[in-house]
Amino acid sequence: MHAIIDGFAAAFRLIFTLNPELLGIILLSLQISGTALVLATLLGLPVGAFLALRRMPLRGVVISLLNTGMGLPPVAAGLFLYLLLSRSGPLGFLGLLYTPGAMIIAQSILAFPIVASLAHAAIANVDPVIRQAAITLGATPFQESVAIIKEARYSIMAGIMAGLGRVMAEVGAIIIVGGNIAGYTRVMTTTIALETDKGNFELAIALGVILLAISLAITTGLRFFQRLGRSGTTVNSWA
Amino acid sequence: MGLELEISHVSKNYNGNPILRDCSFVFARGRSYVLQGPNGSGKSTLFRILALLEPPDRGKISYHDNGRVLENNLALRRRITLVLPGTGIFNTTVFNNVAYGLKIRGFSNAAIEDRVSDVLAAVGLAHKRFHRALELSSGESKRLGIARAMVITPEILFLDEPTANIDPVNTEIIEEVILRIKKEWQATILMITHDPAQARRLGDDLLLMQNGKIIPS
Repeated sequence: MHAIIDGFAAAFRLIFTLNPELLGIILLSLQISGTALVLATLLGLPVGAFLALRRMPLRGVVISLLNTGMGLPPVAAGLFLYLLLSRSGPLGFLGLLYTPGAMIIAQSILAFPIVASLAHAAIANVDPVIRQAAITLGATPFQESVAIIKEARYSIMAGIMAGLGRVMAEVGAIIIVGGNIAGYTRVMTTTIALETDKGNFELAIALGVILLAISLAITTGLRFFQRLGRSGTTVNSWA
Repeated sequence: MGLELEISHVSKNYNGNPILRDCSFVFARGRSYVLQGPNGSGKSTLFRILALLEPPDRGKISYHDNGRVLENNLALRRRITLVLPGTGIFNTTVFNNVAYGLKIRGFSNAAIEDRVSDVLAAVGLAHKRFHRALELSSGESKRLGIARAMVITPEILFLDEPTANIDPVNTEIIEEVILRIKKEWQATILMITHDPAQARRLGDDLLLMQNGKIIPS
């Protein structure tokens, strides 16, 4: 029990004294996960919107694949990416293995189906009257699609937050393709795994607390956007 | 300004049930028509077809401008509008809802500001311009739906039950607005209502929807 209390005390010391190693790890985590989320959103949002707004062959199959991808085990994703990026793999010439770039790709792969799938659901669930209203007011087909996507914006944001939650908490994929190199590819989750193995609980607990705080912030953000969906306070950002 | 609308031998089925049967009529420009009839008689379906939201199964809808038949395209769609019964309010401010029709037509911000302000004043929503539209009462939502249509000055305005399920005060405001549109713009107005007294107050011509056909009443 003493060890746990001492561990927490040391961890909070690290947090409140803004320990440079701790800050470096947090910053790198946010950089990698943030970049991965931006990439996943840039790809996932158009895919989700296209699936929701246009009819095409095999649409149902693609949606099922995306939904399946939401539960993709990070370790499996990491393994496949490792095989692709390893020196003998088809993308080995890129020299990305054990770099932040590989970690960004891994996390993008994990976040993409979440963002695309939830964007699809958000846009497909917009009341059909909204589309009709846009048409009756003189919208072109493109303007009509924009109106529908704007209507779904809060649910789309909630999907993006869910994607962020996924990548921030993920360890399996990035530890395989990132290698957990101190100061280069070592992020919060991989540090917790490593330091726990070594019995250095202070840094692990400090990062765990920070991760929990980030998780709480993400959940709060998620609820905020969900509330704004069809009821709540004024946000003047629509048109 | 003004379009003439002719429907000839229009039929429409839903799930095998005939809703409109060989329906024909000519709506003259600048007049107001009030369509009545029991629920399920095909009034709203007719309006959706006339507003070019969906095609008829058989028959033809033609819009005429000084004897010239217009093509069914964006230019024509922008000269008419339908205020839906569930108004399809966008999840944004009252101002942005009304401004929508002008923004998609490429109006300048100054022109949008002027016209939206005028229309909001006309429907009594000027004080709510920055309010979230979804928080309006049902009567205010109906007024907002009409304001969105008014701002784009349609030549034919379809109103599908514009005063259904709202209180007398909001009903009176909406009736005044409709009479003003009719008087000031000489727009053709087609309206559905279940209130016979309102039909007499607002309509030049009263029509009845019966057995999938339009009958002058």
